Amino acid sequence: MSFIKRPKFDLPGQKLNEIGLALRDYEGTMSTLCAGCGHDSITAALIQALWEMSIAPEQLIKLSGIGCSSKTPAYFVHGAHGFNSVHGRMPSVATGALAGNRDLIGIGVSGDGDSLSIGFGQFGHVIRRNVNMLYLIENNGVYALTKGQFSASADAGSTSKKGEVNQMHNINAVATAISMGASFVGRSFSGDREQLVPMLKAAIAHPGCAVVDVISPCVTFNNHEGSTKSYTYTREHKMRVTETDLIPVRSEITASYYAGDTYPVRLHDGSTILLRKVDPDYDPTRRNNALGFLERYRHRGEIVTGLLFIDQNVPDMHVQSRTVDTPLKALGFDRLNPGSEVLAKLQQGMK
Amino acid sequence: MSETQSRINDFVLKIATVNGTGSASANGLLMKAMFRMGIPVTGKNLFPSNIQGLPTWYEIRASHDGYMSYLNRVDVMVAMNAQTYQKDLDEVSPGGFLIYDSTWPRERTLARDDITVLGVPLAKICNENFSLARIRVLMKNVAYVGVLVALLDIDLDIMRTLLEETFASKPKLVESNLKAIMLGYEYAANNFTCPLPVRAERMGDNSGNILINGNEAAGLGCVYAGATVGAWYPITPSTGVMDAFTKYCHMFRTDPETGDNLFCIIQAEDELAAAGMVLGANWVGARGFTPTSGPGISLMSEFIGFAYYAEIPSVFIDVQRVGPSTGMPTRTQQCDVMLCAYASHGDTRHPILFPANPHECFTMAVTAFDLAERLQTPVFMLSDLDIGMNDWMVPELTWDDNYRPDRGKVLGPKDLAKMDRFVRYLDVDGDGITYRTLPGEDPKGAYFVRGSGHNRYGAYTEDSDAYQDVIDRLLVKWETAKTVVPDAVISKANQPTRLGIIAYGSSDGAVIEARDRLEEQGIHANYLRIRAFPFTREVMDFLHDHDTVFVVEQNRDAQMKSLLMLEYNHIADRLVSILHYNGMPISSEYVVRDVSKQVNPEAAA
Ligand SMILES: Cc1ncc(C[n+]2csc(CCOP(=O)(O)OP(=O)(O)O)c2C)c(N)n1
Ligand code: SF4
Ligand SMILES: [Mg+2]
Repeated sequence: MSFIKRPKFDLPGQKLNEIGLALRDYEGTMSTLCAGCGHDSITAALIQALWEMSIAPEQLIKLSGIGCSSKTPAYFVHGAHGFNSVHGRMPSVATGALAGNRDLIGIGVSGDGDSLSIGFGQFGHVIRRNVNMLYLIENNGVYALTKGQFSASADAGSTSKKGEVNQMHNINAVATAISMGASFVGRSFSGDREQLVPMLKAAIAHPGCAVVDVISPCVTFNNHEGSTKSYTYTREHKMRVTETDLIPVRSEITASYYAGDTYPVRLHDGSTILLRKVDPDYDPTRRNNALGFLERYRHRGEIVTGLLFIDQNVPDMHVQSRTVDTPLKALGFDRLNPGSEVLAKLQQGMK
Repeated sequence: MSETQSRINDFVLKIATVNGTGSASANGLLMKAMFRMGIPVTGKNLFPSNIQGLPTWYEIRASHDGYMSYLNRVDVMVAMNAQTYQKDLDEVSPGGFLIYDSTWPRERTLARDDITVLGVPLAKICNENFSLARIRVLMKNVAYVGVLVALLDIDLDIMRTLLEETFASKPKLVESNLKAIMLGYEYAANNFTCPLPVRAERMGDNSGNILINGNEAAGLGCVYAGATVGAWYPITPSTGVMDAFTKYCHMFRTDPETGDNLFCIIQAEDELAAAGMVLGANWVGARGFTPTSGPGISLMSEFIGFAYYAEIPSVFIDVQRVGPSTGMPTRTQQCDVMLCAYASHGDTRHPILFPANPHECFTMAVTAFDLAERLQTPVFMLSDLDIGMNDWMVPELTWDDNYRPDRGKVLGPKDLAKMDRFVRYLDVDGDGITYRTLPGEDPKGAYFVRGSGHNRYGAYTEDSDAYQDVIDRLLVKWETAKTVVPDAVISKANQPTRLGIIAYGSSDGAVIEARDRLEEQGIHANYLRIRAFPFTREVMDFLHDHDTVFVVEQNRDAQMKSLLMLEYNHIADRLVSILHYNGMPISSEYVVRDVSKQVNPEAAA
């Protein structure tokens, strides 16, 4: 294991965000991932997004499963509580945590192995419950931490570092999420910070389970010729659909977009995301479109990136279960305990 | 099988019906009527793992001495199910009575001359008096209640009041049910000598008692403990716990103005997820729990070990059923003791509470949450099907309004402000329990929960000493646990003796009754009922003070005895197992027979 220096962010020195924090305040401990690992780039994009959104560190919870990808919550926002759970089970812990305290902002980091194999069930059900969180899949097509076995997202025909050819077709994280009813689905590439940062911001602001699948090349086990998740392959086959940008209500909305090119969506928290339509036909609010579109480009071997689907009107877990606005963990005991008189009265019926 | 003679308030009534025909409410009426007559009663369901159409039985034991144990006898059998008629007939104790629906004749060859068989043309009577087919079927069950009211001398006024209470909102149903009862009652009164020598009689006062099953009580206990997150995956026989929690939350836990819920119940995709949700909720400071049964614990094990090592409070209610594997879901056992004590890989051990009846299901549910937060570890409450799904008479539940939950060592922003630096796993107080913080409060309290190797500061480690430092400190915590879990209950024999009995959970009733019978035979034994693992000090003292200690339990492999042997290896030779594991609750006769056989081998031979 080599300890590498975190890549430097080219931001002007000590710029502070709205709550007076510097980018540095959103960093975590030093990464122990391989130099050049896509996961580290995603971490950097997350740090940028959280800083730009001026999220208070203590408001955030970071959760993960097991894998190289799942190690990353330690590498951002040291002032937030973190939970590195067991393999494939991050969604359930996040669900319980956000059930207990709905005011928290949940970020779940997972890998393709973590989400699409061992944790496939929990992946589906956290989407189904529409738990209000960012569900990030750092997708490298391999089980990196266990040294390079194929994962379920490996494309048919791709080869492993050892030269084996994968025979089975892949599980497509975004298509699966869309068909399972996800309320926000985006895909990006770890090397495309320009696209990734706004997408992460939109996902965090989305009032429901926002699945973001980020192709994240593993430089050690899946960056060779024959891999379809390498840097070169992805750069060459990537195609953008929509660009997202988040404009918080607090800041002035400038003319940084042109009416014809953009697709503004007002979020429930009052902010607006702008989707720049690269493909003029694409409408991310229609589930059928999204699936058809993905299928079309899959045949051409192109990786569609961008915001693929969004529906902000899907009730989240708390709306569905009609939970009080106050976080459950903050309710006073007197509101939770019915008391001795009620107990005595109740038992009249048991006599 | 002992003989049925004159038995007042001391008999077993067994009713054989078909699953799904609505006999449950008829049986409930009988049970409650006797309860209101002041008679101690227990009701046991013997039901198939099926929704409709298979045989089902309900047994009511009336015991003026207040015994709750299962008994291998039937004084009065109501054989409503033609399919099981032969078996039901065979089961009646000599001198007992069998009541059947004589609308259709039963084969003569089946007859027994040592019991009294009473035929009542129930179907015929109901067909003549009720027009709707669906009503006729239901009323047949109510009519046998009427027959029993006459034969057992059950108070008719009480029965009438019960009907009025049951159908308070539907007065029409009171009328039709009462009509069916009177039809049965009059048939019996006109055709048989009523009452039978086996009968009920008003006695004592049950106003300080209630009828309740353990699952209901456990669910209610979770409400009173202040649990707000319940996560579960349905499994017999634990489902009733979450049903009760849900019901009582809706009754007592909604905002009076908005109607919003002050709770969040999640039906998870499986038990793994349910466990993860419980950990997540407790991590952020909400009391969360999950009810399950053996197969669920197997699935949850990875998370249980995680919670042990990362020290996350969590409450697991295991309503045991017969294993291994799917086993017999509707039969009872105490077979998950070992599983829960050491659930998960690696060196793990967990506190367990053993309620012996629904009353303790209520109180121990509250204790479980307090212990989980105090000790920052998974805590199990081990109930079983017999306690959970059967109807027990227990003293009324009480609540101390001064109670406040024990949240354990939690530091808030104010505490943190006084500290230079927060460290998660440092044993400041020497009791093995370290301080935690909750997400959402203060960045100074932030730490990283991990199941991977960590040092006392909470940082990842692969350093041998730093790893062992933490894992050894968990043993210190285990010692602390011994001082805070519920004590054992000791009951002394009438005279000094070197003979002891140890039992726990639902085996309690059988041991209590067995000791009285053994005493009549001149066998005196002190009794210790274990209520928690790790064992408290009295358990060791008890073992030291006796030459022979019978360990009564309902599993094949002597699981509790094994735990005792592990803890008290040096005196393990005095432990003798009494094991019962066929899926039926252990009876007091079984304990009597086994103990006397071992104490007095010749006499028994
Ligand atoms: C129950 C269990 N089984 C197996 C493992 C071993 N394991 C650790 S990480 C991993 C695969 C991780 O793959 P992925 O989620 O894609 O993460 P990556 O390392 O590729 O980022 C496996 C199989 C484990 N930790 N737990
Ligand atoms: S093995 Fe691959 S995924 Fe893991 S840290 Fe190295 S580059 Fe990243
Ligand atoms: Mg991977």
